[in-house]
Amino acid sequence: MDEFTSTRSNHLIDPVLHAWGTEVPIYLFLGGMVAGIMLLSGLMALRRTDDRTSHALSLLPWASPFLISLGMMFLWLDLENGFNAIRFYFVFQPGSPMSWGSWILLGIYPASILLAWTLSPAAFRETWLRRLSSVPALESISKWAMERTPFLAMANIVMGAALGIYTGVLLGTMAARPLWNSAILGPLFLVSGVSTGAAFMLLYRLNDKERVFLGRLDMGLITTELLLLALWMIGLSTAGAASRGALGAILGGPYTAAFWTLVVALGLLTPLIGEWIELKHGAIPGRLPAILVLVGGLSLRWILVYAGQFTSWAGNVTAALH
Amino acid sequence: MSDNKRYAMVIDTKTCVGCAACVIGCKTENGVAEGFARDWIFTHTSGTFPDLQMTIRTERCNHCVDAPCVTSCPTGASHYGPGGTVQVNRDKCTGCKACIASCPYDARFVDPRTGTVDKCTYCMHRIENGIPTTACQEVCPTESIFFGDLNDPKSKVSELLDTRESYTLLPDAGTKPMHYFLR
Ligand code: SF4
Ligand code: SF4
Repeated sequence: MDEFTSTRSNHLIDPVLHAWGTEVPIYLFLGGMVAGIMLLSGLMALRRTDDRTSHALSLLPWASPFLISLGMMFLWLDLENGFNAIRFYFVFQPGSPMSWGSWILLGIYPASILLAWTLSPAAFRETWLRRLSSVPALESISKWAMERTPFLAMANIVMGAALGIYTGVLLGTMAARPLWNSAILGPLFLVSGVSTGAAFMLLYRLNDKERVFLGRLDMGLITTELLLLALWMIGLSTAGAASRGALGAILGGPYTAAFWTLVVALGLLTPLIGEWIELKHGAIPGRLPAILVLVGGLSLRWILVYAGQFTSWAGNVTAALH
Repeated sequence: MSDNKRYAMVIDTKTCVGCAACVIGCKTENGVAEGFARDWIFTHTSGTFPDLQMTIRTERCNHCVDAPCVTSCPTGASHYGPGGTVQVNRDKCTGCKACIASCPYDARFVDPRTGTVDKCTYCMHRIENGIPTTACQEVCPTESIFFGDLNDPKSKVSELLDTRESYTLLPDAGTKPMHYFLR
């Protein structure tokens, strides 16, 4: 038998680490969704061959700069010393995913705004050019962007992928938290992000062709996400004792019910089956599966952020289970 | 490190009685925030009654050689300081807590007064100014705490690690801790 005592009882550290609370999962969710919107806007811009794009789809790329700003607000709220936030931009620390992230976030703005501009309906552009006619160089920037839609589309695909992967790598590189410590988290968060991005777009009034395209794509993304989740679990369960112990957090431990019901059943399997039935019967993908995908995407990040902090090399998971 | 020193701490678990004088000594010397501690007492009792064994030790930041807290810090606030110790520059700290999440020993915390990260400094303000002891070492009534330069083969810490069996915490986490415990 083993008994442990410690006199340490630091707030947010003991008995279980709780350094990151609600803000971080919300930020990761919004970041992933923006990654998805950018990637899909880029892809759809490259595929765009006719003028039958719905009004909603032409304007949806504008969601990226707004949603990322909302996400950054949550990130800032999580900082204990927000006054020093500017310090993120005094250095680049190549070993720190958070440093990568802060620089990637800066690149999101020009890429997404310029693409959103070129994809917007002509009337929209003209109105705003008129309204902002006092802003210098706006005309020439607009002209520059309009001539480079394919380049901007590629830039959005690359930046979106970088953003999506980074939100997972941020957790995945933390060796101290064995549940997170897997390279799979990068692609997992990217695929989940693109899926939530597609779901977000499906909430708007797209035309039937666009809905079918996004619905089909989403089925592929959800299936990939399920496979990546399985790989992540196989990886942890066949690694060292710390990883195996950590997996206990969602296999019998305190986060089991939340993970399997909210993330897997409600957030992945139900929308997958729903979208499959819709497409099989020739129906147009509706909003309900999309809402479930969004719930699942937020739950995945929420549960992982909390459960990961519950796991450690000292094995409090194993201790809590026995 | 450029100063060619490798500071380390050695704890004699044979003589440590867990009185927590080191905890109080540190809090007093460093003005640690109320309710928080940079060092703490850990006990481990094992066996079946009445054949019980007990280990008592004082723990703190291990001033790791491969410190994940330094790698993960986006601003350079967490950095390697004198003698390879790990230090936090409060003026650069954003309180993002990446370092807290990446420390396998949970040795760090947020100082609620400043929103910046706090942890053991190995009393560099003393050591670098000619006082050869850390505060915890100074107050330890059983003289179980030793501090010194491992690159100096004649230092007390080198001598203890040469002559006695020792271990570090969670060596598999791969951070190369510089906080040793004598068996
Ligand atoms: S014990 Fe933790 S805080 Fe101290 S150097 Fe190692 S990783 Fe960093
Ligand atoms: S909390 Fe401060 S010291 Fe820790 S990683 Fe963030 S900026 Fe660096």
